[in-house]
Amino acid sequence: MNIVDQIGNEQMKQDLPDFKGGDTLRVHVKIVEGDKQRIQVYQGVCIKRVNRGIGSTFTVRKISGGMGVERIFPLHSPMVDKIEVLMVGRVRRAKLYYLRKLQGKAARIREKRQN
Amino acid sequence: MVNGILGKKLGMTQIFAENGIRIPVTVIEAGPCSVVQKKVVDTDGYDAVQLGFGAQKAHRINKPEMGHFKKAGKGVFAFLREMDGNIAECEVGSEILCSDVFSAGDVVDVSGVSKGKGFQGVIKRWNFSGGRSSHGSKFHRHGGSIGCSAWPAHVFKGKKMAGQMGNEQVTTQNLEIVDVRADQNLILVKGAVPGPKNGLVTIRKAVKA
Repeated sequence: MNIVDQIGNEQMKQDLPDFKGGDTLRVHVKIVEGDKQRIQVYQGVCIKRVNRGIGSTFTVRKISGGMGVERIFPLHSPMVDKIEVLMVGRVRRAKLYYLRKLQGKAARIREKRQN
Repeated sequence: MVNGILGKKLGMTQIFAENGIRIPVTVIEAGPCSVVQKKVVDTDGYDAVQLGFGAQKAHRINKPEMGHFKKAGKGVFAFLREMDGNIAECEVGSEILCSDVFSAGDVVDVSGVSKGKGFQGVIKRWNFSGGRSSHGSKFHRHGGSIGCSAWPAHVFKGKKMAGQMGNEQVTTQNLEIVDVRADQNLILVKGAVPGPKNGLVTIRKAVKA
């Protein structure tokens, strides 16, 4: 492995849950206000994962007050405290951009059946 | 100690600061450099040390160069560059490590030979805007007029025109050193530095810091 990748890998989190597009996530984000730090929970559907080593990100979409909101989190950021997988969704593609055009019942994602 | 060191650009990555901010860094394998020759005011007219960097096979060195390397007795090197600084404590044959010269938080200038782009037109080379592509336009990627007529009767020096782009010495100033890893001879510099991967770069203390 080359040295540049090694430097990235040193900072990568090893205890991440296994999730992909279509899964419903609860992301615990650290928020710094002045000198105080607290945890904010952001819950929504993961519509995208970008796998680039230390530069990996994932996008979580939720409907907040009738308005669609998407947040992009760096997967290995120290500000992302914890990721919980609430539901594994049954979807047919990795990037769920089509959800942006849908709302209400149509934007639902079925749960994947566990064997 | 000398004011700088030679290194090899390995590539870019990112590291996370404690507050979660992503810092883009260039990883440079800097040193160890050996002092091959010392230039002094009395004989050479100026003070400097000649640093050798990078492994080289002995059969690629010609006889005069071999004699030069033998005086230092540190083997042969692929690159030789001069570096100024306080050279009193540098002896010929001594080794200079990246941790001797720099520490995290220092501000440096990094020089290298930029990636060659070949002969390029004014749009890529000087960011000219060009003409429209349709609606009967016959003026697409040209530079246009290069000056007046009877007066001044010549094209001004420095006029931006097409020509060789890249493959020239470029210095990026005032880059912050994020980390120095002495055990691996690595320097992590915030931001981009000139040149391709595996290219030779010179890291100096910043002139404008």
